Amino acid sequence: MSERAPDKPGMSIPSGRKMPREDRLKPPDWAGGRSAAPNDGGFRTIGKRNRKLEGLAKVTGRAVYADDLTLPRMLHGKLLRSIHAHARIVSIDASHALALPGVHAVITGRDLPSYFGIIPWTEDEQALCEDKARYVGDAIAAVAADSELIAEQALRAIRVEYDVLPAVHDIDTALAHPEWQVNEKASEGNLSKHVLLEFGAVDADLEASDVVVEAEYWYEGSTHAPIETHCALADYDPTGFLTLWSSTQVAHYLHRDLAKVLELPTQRIRVIQPTVGGAFGGKSEPFSLEFCAAKLSMVTGRPVKILHTREEVFYAHRGRHPMRLVYRTGMRRDGMLTATSAKIHIDGGAYSSFGLVTTYYSGQLLTAPYRLPAYRFDSTRVFTNKPCCGPKRGHGSVQPRFAFECQLDKLAEQVGLDPIEVRRRNFIGEHTRTVNGMRVTSNGFLQCLDAVEAASGWRDKFRRQPYGRGIGVAGSMYISGTNYCIYPNEMPQSAVQLKLDRSGRATVFCGISDIGQGADSMLALIVAEELGVDLRDIRVVAADTDLTPVDLGSYSSRETFMCGNACLDAARKLRETITGTLADRWGVPRGEVVLAGGQAVWTRDPAQHAMSIQSAFQAAESAHGTLGSVGWYQSPKLGGDYRGGTIGASPAYSFTAHVAEVACDEETGFVKVERLWVAHDCGRALNPVTVEGQMEGSAYMGFAEALFEEQTYKPAAVGHAFGLHHGPSLLDYRIPTSLDTPEMSSHIIESVDPEGPYGAKEAGEGPLHPSVPAIANAIHDALGIRCDRLPFHPPQVRALLKATDARAAWERARTSQRGVRAGAGGC
Amino acid sequence: MLTVPAFTWSRPTSVEAVLAEIAGTSRDDVLLVAGGTDAVPNLKHRLHEPRRIVHLAGVRELRETREDEHGLHLGALVRLSQIAGDARIQRDYPAVARAASLVASPQIRNMGTIGGNLCLDTRCTYYNQTFFWREALGFCLKKSGTRCHVVTQGKRCVAAHSSDVAPVLIALGAQVEIANAAARRTIAVEDFFVGDGVHNNVLESGDLVTRILLPAASRGRRMAYQKLRPRAAIDFPMLSVAVAGSLDADGAIEALTVVVGALGARPRTVGQLDAIVRGQAPGEPVWEAVAQAAHKQCRPLTNVPYDPDWRHDMVPVFVRRALRDAFARPA
Repeated sequence: MSERAPDKPGMSIPSGRKMPREDRLKPPDWAGGRSAAPNDGGFRTIGKRNRKLEGLAKVTGRAVYADDLTLPRMLHGKLLRSIHAHARIVSIDASHALALPGVHAVITGRDLPSYFGIIPWTEDEQALCEDKARYVGDAIAAVAADSELIAEQALRAIRVEYDVLPAVHDIDTALAHPEWQVNEKASEGNLSKHVLLEFGAVDADLEASDVVVEAEYWYEGSTHAPIETHCALADYDPTGFLTLWSSTQVAHYLHRDLAKVLELPTQRIRVIQPTVGGAFGGKSEPFSLEFCAAKLSMVTGRPVKILHTREEVFYAHRGRHPMRLVYRTGMRRDGMLTATSAKIHIDGGAYSSFGLVTTYYSGQLLTAPYRLPAYRFDSTRVFTNKPCCGPKRGHGSVQPRFAFECQLDKLAEQVGLDPIEVRRRNFIGEHTRTVNGMRVTSNGFLQCLDAVEAASGWRDKFRRQPYGRGIGVAGSMYISGTNYCIYPNEMPQSAVQLKLDRSGRATVFCGISDIGQGADSMLALIVAEELGVDLRDIRVVAADTDLTPVDLGSYSSRETFMCGNACLDAARKLRETITGTLADRWGVPRGEVVLAGGQAVWTRDPAQHAMSIQSAFQAAESAHGTLGSVGWYQSPKLGGDYRGGTIGASPAYSFTAHVAEVACDEETGFVKVERLWVAHDCGRALNPVTVEGQMEGSAYMGFAEALFEEQTYKPAAVGHAFGLHHGPSLLDYRIPTSLDTPEMSSHIIESVDPEGPYGAKEAGEGPLHPSVPAIANAIHDALGIRCDRLPFHPPQVRALLKATDARAAWERARTSQRGVRAGAGGC
Repeated sequence: MLTVPAFTWSRPTSVEAVLAEIAGTSRDDVLLVAGGTDAVPNLKHRLHEPRRIVHLAGVRELRETREDEHGLHLGALVRLSQIAGDARIQRDYPAVARAASLVASPQIRNMGTIGGNLCLDTRCTYYNQTFFWREALGFCLKKSGTRCHVVTQGKRCVAAHSSDVAPVLIALGAQVEIANAAARRTIAVEDFFVGDGVHNNVLESGDLVTRILLPAASRGRRMAYQKLRPRAAIDFPMLSVAVAGSLDADGAIEALTVVVGALGARPRTVGQLDAIVRGQAPGEPVWEAVAQAAHKQCRPLTNVPYDPDWRHDMVPVFVRRALRDAFARPA
């Protein structure tokens, strides 16, 4: 699919020029900067171990999810899905379905012909396939009925005539058979996106390296498997107004695409995100069920709800892309990296989703925390007849990170250096720029390495444990939001409206999408810190397009950083109003008025001047009228001076290091991860409990991909064609249970970023990345085998043990390490 | 969410009432439900499409346990968690308690019963799927179709026997009581199963499993159960091994039974072990010989997830582990 760069000055910058002048919206500068506490004497709420706002409602069953909602006269919708991986739709006969009592409507692709897609340049999906189904499970019709059971019966009564086409089941077939075109919107054959970028003299530097390691890696696909399946409830009223409740993480983009596909004015659509039961990237674009619920409601004049079954979540997918990655990496004898060359093939499934970005991310996000002097990546995403892949926690960069951190481990072994030491020597530093032009601000990666090295007892364990036990390390970086909206525009990426009430209450209105990570709570913490309001007296009204200003949604780890900054500005504006009012009234300098702990006081003599926050709000309202403020965030202009140089550019990067310890059963191939140590530089932890929760959740998710989870499909065989999901259920898609998950310790590193709210950076995705390579490297330390293919199932580990002289490799690794230790001792 | 099909429902309170209700019905028309932990997902997948469900939970007789000179009688509705936690069973029949404790998860063991586990429908990766999935695949000969996707030319269903408890019961020589409107009969659990994955036991329409007898003669025998599964909970066995044996007065092996599950439609009792073990001293050389015999006789299929060759390699490993486990324990 061709990329059409928007025709705007500044988007295609001649190389060699300096970054363009900052001419975008610029948030206010605050004395002391964004990272400082509002009052002297440090933070009062920020950094404390507070509960999440919504935690109690969730654990007591009071939280309202989309499927908890029912409306009078509500119908139930269901989607008819293709039973073929690739087939032309010759005809659809719904007459028998419509004749069933209790069936109210059937719609097909012809009713919703507009193409949509999360990336404006690759709109290649229809709500219901009009001409062709592209994977087993692709939606081709929808029904509305009195009950789910009747809707199911109606689906079985719909007659579809298919013309079955050859199916493309993997990367190589996609490339070898361009004539079996999966997606007609592709520019050629089955090519979804190709990116080739080179920085520095890669080939020459590889040539000049003391050691070069080349290996092929396979990262198996996996899916998000949130506890809550997708659900949408649509209500189109007689005035022509559509309300849609949906378990989405991008209400704003959904709003836009609903307008497009349903051909309704944007201002006559309201999208509401109720409590969401997990998403992990699996709800970050519009899905068939949202359009179909809306259309069925328009057709029937009644509210329509569609709830995905667990099986349908596996078909909606948008999970981690399978990737084949070939890396050549060079190193000098002293452990310094020289050059890296990557050739990557990405299995995209049937549609584009975020694939354009995925393809860039597969290369762009590798260039820290180590300095890569020369770097090339050549990434190709292809279409196949499988459910569409998309963004899963750590979008696009988890796979290359796995490969590269394994490369580092192999190189360290070859030059005889401790792998932690190799990572230290190549540290890129802070306030610097990567080889591909990304601006790096704060960087606590060295402290991360120190923390996991010390906590794990690394020095006593690495290469020192008996056969079968091992320890491994890996590092990573990740973005705190991207610097552009998905569709080009000059408006803010996040916004907050803040209302103060004379009751003493504060209400934050924001499009922010809390999907369980605690985003809403971050806004409350900021307001509490700035205005001294008790956390219980702050309400966050979020992700309702009628009530809240736009935020782009919960993706690319942007919410705390961007909405947080918007909220910080809104709260600081009101803080100045209030402290100014009191300073005037008390006749003291405004810098001496503090709002904290539910009180407004004069710091010099609280006994003389103090009042409750409620009275302070009333004083300010009396002086200035109704109290409200806005704040917004727009990132500075960032990125490299080349086509695609803005993809991967972020106002701040987080950094992570993991150490994993494993115990392996040589006889069966079972790998037990006994312990994970995770250190993450999140800038500043606004709430350490939430940060630890994100670190643990991320590390567990990575661990699960390493050892258990895989979204795979049954191969063709006698009696059945290709394309069936291996087992679309939580019995066959094996997520580790609480008994399988390791003990974990989290170490928060606070580098305090100059641009984050109070110095905060992301914590929700970065800590996933090193999980997989740390475990792979630990398995090598334990068994002497290199697990270059995911997942590290017992059968695969056994096969590697049988195929290689693992014991000899294990011995060799030890000798290499001992040699270095002896050498070092002699210095 | 997935729906359950429409059916009528009853909840009788005595064995006689159950038997009267199911007498003369066809097997496909009536589904007997004990804990429902397997029946409900199977209903949602349309693997069972009964007209009528008879819920057994109200039949008090089926919950009773008693011990006499024949052994320990367990009513068919005794819960798996009860068996796993029963001190007497842990002492006298530890492998039974162990097998029950390894079923699925605490919640499922609190609902699931020993009778239900014994009668567990056979499982196959091409069968335990939704209606949509099976339709897309092409229905198989276990349900609605004519083709086997495991053994492509096969005419007989090879869906895997997946009960955790049954292999142990067979190894211990346990018996099962079956009642119908006409009579009650008792047979060996080993004879309860047949090699047909569509319906892998001898139950006829109108039959009800009422009781399981753990024989007195097996009390305190050397026994163990080993289960191969990817996760430490939830998963059905990908291979299971039950062993039971005894030593004579001199400490030599007197008898040994090895039963392997999760292969085909019925558990396989490893044959011709007498010649290998009788009179031998327990220990690694004999265990190795037994393990190799099991390896030769057991042939995992693609009916169960994970590479069958690897699962085949795991047969001797798990047989050895079960034997070590059984004979390490003081009698």
